[in-house]
This record gives sequence, C-alpha cells and structure tokens, in this order.
Amino acid sequence: MTEPLLKVQNLRVELTTRNGTAPVIDDVSFELHAGENLSFVGESGCGKSMTALAIMGLLPEGIGRITAGSIMFDGQELTELSQERLRRIRGNDISMIFQEPMTSLNPVYTIGEQIVEVLLAHQSISRADAWAEAATLLDAVRIPKARERLKDYPFQLSGGQRQRVMIAIALACKPKVLIADEPTTALDVTVQAQIFDLLRDLRQETGTSIILITHDMGAVAEMAERMIVMYAGRIAEIGAVDDIIGTPRHPYTKGLISCVPHVLAHVTDEKQPLTEVPGIVPSLREFGKDQCLFASRCQHRTQQCLTARPQSVNFDGAQSADCWHAGTL
Amino acid sequence: MSEQPLLSVENLTVRFAMNRRGLFSPATHLYAVDDVSFHVNRGETLAIVGESGSGKTTAALAAARLVTAYEGRVVLDGEDVLPLEGEELRQMRQKVQFIFQDPYSSLNPRQRAEEIVRDPLQSLTDTPAAEQQEITERLFAQVGLRPEQRRLFPHQFSGGQRQRIGIARALATQPELVICDEPVSALDVAVQAQILNLLSALQEEFGLTYLFISHDLGVVQHMCDSVAVMYMGKIVEHADRKSLFNNPLHPYTAALLSAVPSVDKTLREKSKRILIPGDPPDPTQKQVGCRFASRCPVAQDQCRLSEPPLTEIAPNHRVACHLVDEKAISPL
Repeated sequence: MTEPLLKVQNLRVELTTRNGTAPVIDDVSFELHAGENLSFVGESGCGKSMTALAIMGLLPEGIGRITAGSIMFDGQELTELSQERLRRIRGNDISMIFQEPMTSLNPVYTIGEQIVEVLLAHQSISRADAWAEAATLLDAVRIPKARERLKDYPFQLSGGQRQRVMIAIALACKPKVLIADEPTTALDVTVQAQIFDLLRDLRQETGTSIILITHDMGAVAEMAERMIVMYAGRIAEIGAVDDIIGTPRHPYTKGLISCVPHVLAHVTDEKQPLTEVPGIVPSLREFGKDQCLFASRCQHRTQQCLTARPQSVNFDGAQSADCWHAGTL
Repeated sequence: MSEQPLLSVENLTVRFAMNRRGLFSPATHLYAVDDVSFHVNRGETLAIVGESGSGKTTAALAAARLVTAYEGRVVLDGEDVLPLEGEELRQMRQKVQFIFQDPYSSLNPRQRAEEIVRDPLQSLTDTPAAEQQEITERLFAQVGLRPEQRRLFPHQFSGGQRQRIGIARALATQPELVICDEPVSALDVAVQAQILNLLSALQEEFGLTYLFISHDLGVVQHMCDSVAVMYMGKIVEHADRKSLFNNPLHPYTAALLSAVPSVDKTLREKSKRILIPGDPPDPTQKQVGCRFASRCPVAQDQCRLSEPPLTEIAPNHRVACHLVDEKAISPL
C-alpha cells in the first residue's frame, strides 16, 4: 500500500465557549489516498465542517485550536507549519469549495479578477497568462462563452454557475486535495446533478482527491468510495460506502439512512411512516464525555453506553463502528 | 367524481410588474404563474414540485390570498375566494393556514411561543380568552412540545421545535387547508423525519388537506396523493402519485426524478441519468413554444413553435408535451 496523501491521527480540536472548552473534534483519525473520494456525513453540529477547517488551518482564530493529534499531508506536518507555509499550501495543494455560492464570491469584483487573483498569488505567471488560464478554467467547468463571462459580476450568474466559478477557483492551482463542503445544498436537484457530474469528470482528468462533506446519503452513494459518519465530534462509523450503506453497523448510521424518504423505483399504494431518530444532536456541553454520546437517542442503549466511551469494532474489510453493540445489532 | 374537491384553482395567473426601462416605455410583466389549474380533494395531499423560480410558492400564495392574482378563479369549499373582502376574507383565512419554510425567520423573536400560537385565534376568530388558552395548551401537546415550553421565546428552541410551533400556529384556527411551503427543507435529516411523521399523524387526526410545496422528490413521494410538476409558471405534468412516479411522461419530470441521487445501488445502475443542460431561460422574455424546449433532450421543431396544452392522456394523468399521446409512452 502506498503512503496516504493525507493522514489525520487522533485529532482533537477544542472550541472555547462561555461554558469552558469543548472538544468539537474528539480523537478523529482517517486517511485519504491520492485520487480517492472520501465523504463525511452527519447532521449539522457534528464536526464535519470543523474537520475540514482544521485541515485547511482555518479554525476560527482565538476560539478554536488543535490540542492534540497530527495532520500529515504529503510528508509535512500541517499542525506545526508556520502561517506563511500554510498559506502556500492552502489554495495551492489543498483547496475548498464552500456551501453558499451566493455569499462566497466577492460581489464587487468580476469573476475573472477573482480567478486571476488566486493564480497570481500562488503561481509565478504573467498577468496576461493568468487571464488566459482563467478562461481555460471557466471552460473546464463548462461555462459557455468563457472568455466573455470573465467580465461578469457574480450577480449576473445563476446559483449553479456561481458554484462552477467557485470550483474553477478551487481548481485553479491543480490542488491535490479538494474539500467540498456541502457544495450543492443551496442548488436545485437538476443543477446538483450537473455539479456532481462535473466534479466526477474533473477528478478523472486531474486525479484530485475529493473530500465531500454532506448530509445526503444519496450523494455519498453516488460520489464516494469511502465514507465517515460523524456524530458529536467523533467518528461513529468508517468504511467503504457500499459496505456501510449495505450493512450499517452503528445505530446512528442506520437511522440516518432510514429516516430519509428515498425515491423508490416502483411506487405502491402503501405508505409507511418514516423511522425516526428521536431528539437532536447534543449540545457542546455534552461533547467529550466518557460515554456514548448517541446513547440519549438510541433505542439499543444499555448501562455500558452511559458509563464508557465505545471502542471501535472492526468488521471484515475496512469497516468499523464505534458502538458497544455494533457486533450484535 | 361524487365529492367536490376542497380547493380548485382554475386558470390562475399571477404577474409581477417589472421596472420600466424608461419613463415612456410600456409596462412589462413577469408571469410567475401562467394559466395554472389544479384541484385538491378533501383529506388528501397535493404536492407541487419544481425548481426554484418555477412559481410553485407564488401559486400557493395566490390561492391563499397572500399575493394578488391577476386572472383566474380559486374555489375553496364551494366559495370563490378571490373577490372576498373584509369580514368574509377574515372568515376565509381561518380555513387556509400556512406553514413556512424557514422556522428561524417565520416566528416573531419577541413573542413567547404561546403568544405566537394564539395569534391567529386573536386576529381571525372571536374565541373567548379562556378558550384560547385551552386551545393553545392542547395544540402544544398535539405537536409534541412540553407545557412548560409555552413561556419560552423562539431562540430557546431548536429548528425542529420551532417548526412544531409553526405547525401549532397553523392549526390554531382549525383550518381545512394547510399549505406547507417546504416545511422540512431547512431542517436536519433526522429532524425532517420527525416533522414529516408529525404532519402525517395530524392529517389523519384532523382530516386535514395539504397543499405541499417541495423540491425534494423523496419527501414528495412519501407525503403526497397526487403531484403537480411546475416549470417556469406552468404545470407540465399533473397525476396521482402512482402514475407520476411509476410512469413519468414529461421529459422534465423524468429528468427531475433521474437527478435525485439514490442510495439504492441497483436503482442507480438501472436508471440512466437524463441530463438537462444549462439553466431555465430568462422568465422576463415571453416564450414561444414549449418552455422546456431549450433544455429538452428530445425537443423537435414543433416544440419550439407552439406551446403544448395540458391534456389528459389517462385518467388522472395530465401532461403538457407534444410528444406524448394516448398510449402514455414516455418520449425518452
């Protein structure tokens, strides 16, 4: 096996709140290989985006910090790098697409200027070459009449086109890792399908690894090879997408899959009520306790779940679930 | 049909005036809803599906008299509601209530939860105060909130709980028709299921009729009895749940369905993705021909020349497409 491109080990990120510090990421380890698509799934407030921000070195300053663990990227320890070095990696080797294509572009610059800015910051090329490269990039994300559209302002583009521009900016320096944080939540399904197709094709052409953060199991099934289910800052389940969706071992994963009404191939008159996962994600004050944090919402809860944090149970292949009862469910 | 539908909308058109280009240029209008007809049977759920900007919310708002209709008729319970005014309009508003999309902005942050729920009783009915209190207390239990939460303010609730307050408010005047405008799209997946189950249970308990607006086809398939698919202000397909999902005839419906990512591997491999390129055309320009023609994978010359009417090709299945005939075979 080759060395993974990105290796996160025992990562712990603490957030300072009015009620003291809370571990929003608690002992998270995973690997990302070159050209692989890895997905993070979970409800909001489970630490998916926080993990991405920690990798990017973009944790909210003064509030969030990495207190333990390591992030190895391409032979470098990201947690020990200076701001200057990090800035060079960010956007160049690892880049990110954000959720809201409406708000993550600057409204007072043309999209051409915004793409060129990234190119000039990270590569030693002339301004004219950068503009030519920007047109090529817009063309690559399938925006028609790319050269003319460079002069457009963000408000002149539709939501789907703005997200394409964001992808063009993220891919400008041919990063090794692309983190897509809910890239399609604000978009219509037909546009979402277009964006997914685009990401798939780009990955094939450039060999970029993609970390897709989402709450949509369908999207994961379609896009990723491996997935991580996160709950309350911890990994609930990790493994190959087909294994996990086929036989989810953690009760939370099961809940996440069955609580969503999926489009069925054949519809009958029968309508079954949805399986509910009762309650909501625990508040930050509960994070980090030595118990199963899902216990309050779990129907299989026993005394053991309330007194000790579950250890991961391995199943054949690379699937493992952090649940005391994973083996028996 | 023996029973008359609770809500029937006929040839409804809603248009918005647009900024004039100059002082003397003629006024132009955007037709957000263009000659739309549908009906909802008592106790059933009609879902209106479509992309953003397709006019689904505007159609519902017009039916509830919350935006002004330009043309058409809206008949609720045998009564034409568009000409109503004053006291009659107030009476009608008791029968039609709205659940909004965003539980964060649709509740007044300065009102306590019980005041929010009591509000429609105060403004729309003449219920005595003691009875109002009683109704409010009962509603809190029915939507799954605890009695002591009545005195809290909206910011003290989670998103799902807030949506429960919104539902309680909508049920306060014992409406017959509840319009749910994307009631779960702002919520987390696990909470969505809780709210959808609550809506189903309440429908059964009170015999409610839902007009359910959503872009999520999984949710629609789960909730509805019939579906109307809208594209750029027009209904392109209107059918009962089984016909629409098992035999989608309009190319747009088929494309929408195929665009939904699925966890089912066999389904994913079986269904071929129907890609519709680009975005909908500019709605401010009046279209000639079928509005979907510019993105349709099977469009032909006649599609660009004349607009297909919404025709009934099977019982309870209406489609607006030149390429679909009585044999009910999808043109794709």
